[in-house]
Amino acid sequence: MIFHAGTPSWVIAPIVLPLIAGLLCFLCNRKTFVIALAAALANFFVACLLIYQLLVFGTMRCYIGGWAPPLGITLRTDGPALLMLLMTAVTGLGVTLYARGYFSHRISDPVRVGRHQRQQRYFWPLWMLMLAGLNGLFLSGDIFNLYVTLELIGISAASLAALSGKPASQRASFRYLLISLLGSLTYLLGVVFLYRSCGVLDLELLRNLAANGLGTRAALALLTVGLLLKTALVPLHFWLPPAHANALAPVSVILSALVVKGSFYLLFRFWFELFAPMVSKSALNFMGILGAIAILWGAIQAMRQHRLKLMVAYSTVSQLGYLFVAFPLSRVAEGAQVWSIVIFMALTHACAKSAMFMAAGSVYLHLGHDRIKDLAGVRASLPITVFAYGIAGVSLMGLPPSGAFIAKWMLLSSSLASSQWWWALVIMAGSLLAMVYVFRVMSQFFVIPEENALKNSTPLSPLLEWPALILALISLSLGLLAPWLLRILSQGGTAFAQIFPGGLP
Amino acid sequence: MITTLLYSLTGMILFGMGLFTLIIHSHPLRKILAVNVMATGVFLILVATAYIPLGQGEIDPVPHAMVLTGIVVSVSVTALALILACRVQETSNLALLKKTKPSQATKEIKA
Repeated sequence: MIFHAGTPSWVIAPIVLPLIAGLLCFLCNRKTFVIALAAALANFFVACLLIYQLLVFGTMRCYIGGWAPPLGITLRTDGPALLMLLMTAVTGLGVTLYARGYFSHRISDPVRVGRHQRQQRYFWPLWMLMLAGLNGLFLSGDIFNLYVTLELIGISAASLAALSGKPASQRASFRYLLISLLGSLTYLLGVVFLYRSCGVLDLELLRNLAANGLGTRAALALLTVGLLLKTALVPLHFWLPPAHANALAPVSVILSALVVKGSFYLLFRFWFELFAPMVSKSALNFMGILGAIAILWGAIQAMRQHRLKLMVAYSTVSQLGYLFVAFPLSRVAEGAQVWSIVIFMALTHACAKSAMFMAAGSVYLHLGHDRIKDLAGVRASLPITVFAYGIAGVSLMGLPPSGAFIAKWMLLSSSLASSQWWWALVIMAGSLLAMVYVFRVMSQFFVIPEENALKNSTPLSPLLEWPALILALISLSLGLLAPWLLRILSQGGTAFAQIFPGGLP
Repeated sequence: MITTLLYSLTGMILFGMGLFTLIIHSHPLRKILAVNVMATGVFLILVATAYIPLGQGEIDPVPHAMVLTGIVVSVSVTALALILACRVQETSNLALLKKTKPSQATKEIKA
């Protein structure tokens, strides 16, 4: 249904609200947390409202300023976009609360108060800018506008990663900035090719016009490479672990849970909506193979790490692989249930990984280090955080009732149904390896320490522990919420065929 | 038509040269300049694209708007990259991102 004048246009709110909040945070010296929290809450409510409108009215399109495409820019809502928006809103609310606890804990430390206050001062505007960019990415329906949002995300992500001020993090964030620039320039070149062969920028119009020509093929290749660089699929993942592991804890959460999802979402939209007719089977298989390598390589690297945050960062590399294994399985059976696989995987990973990075950050604040072999006794002093870590780990492994279980079940059943059993092997091996690296840390938490081992540790505020636990519980219960999520998902522009071909799990 | 092709090819060559420098050289300033050259290449192709659809002296305004936006983005990103490169150099006392011998580093800067 076309957006009509009677319905208030809430579609703009998720982009404008954080932008205004970011400017206010930058201008005001005090109350920045209150502004950011208000914006995050409003963003959450608007996301819920948009989902309600989606269920009542169906998909919507909003022409900004009344200019219709091909000249104007459209914002549109459909099932996958709004679920990603909701994911960002929920995780963002958790991050906002956690960051408050994190910075007040650090400022209460008498050493280097000035530096910590400066970090907090710059964190809030940058985070709000990032939120605006992410929401814009999910809602925008114009490929050039998407380039602008990608740059917005890249700039704020690199600045956020540099906040911690350590030499290692600055080096990592410089590299991160260059890589994200390279990615977005390649994307822009793809946009130029596409514009040259089709003459429009709007996604809806492009879908009808994109013919199987040399120009569109080159465009698809360039767009894919650019977005893969930003999504950090193996072998383009080299920048991710140092950038994510050396950042401040709330920043790691944002980068790992949300930023990589943004570019992946875009890539997926291009492959399965815009260019769906011209994507060949071998290309899909190629992406699947890269994904399989990512699962195994990321998990093996995660097992070998000595620092908790690096381990969690490599686990992100591994989990991103599952999103790509869904590619070759998209053509099997009669329906394209690939959207539901990918969305479940992305939602679970966003919640579980943010909980895990929050837990790692709390452990770091508590002990002053995050060496895995010296984590003994944390269980006794930080029971909630350890519980959150464990639940997040269960979700990452894909045990029921987490959302990852649903996604993996669908992956397994479709790979066996199409007798492509090798994907099933990779998925199961990935889960097993995830179990190994999660429990390797978990067992250290439960070691009873020697007498004076924890004398340097500091107590933590509830704001540092509860957001992690709540996000972990959300990721675990996503499987139980599956019917509602699938109902939202089915309100998309493309066909979302039957949900469980082999019966309910 | 031949003009458009010429400009587009130049743009592609600039993009390739920038990419090559970005990968090969390790000095931060060179990397930043390489990214700028790449961006210029893309903008050149865009400007050349504006010439095509209507032909005969008429131009398409949309690519111009895109180039303007792109230039603004490129300027701000360059500023951020320069600041970060300065910080890296200050905090780590390394002229290069990748560790190389000091003699090599000075040679790179002179060159």
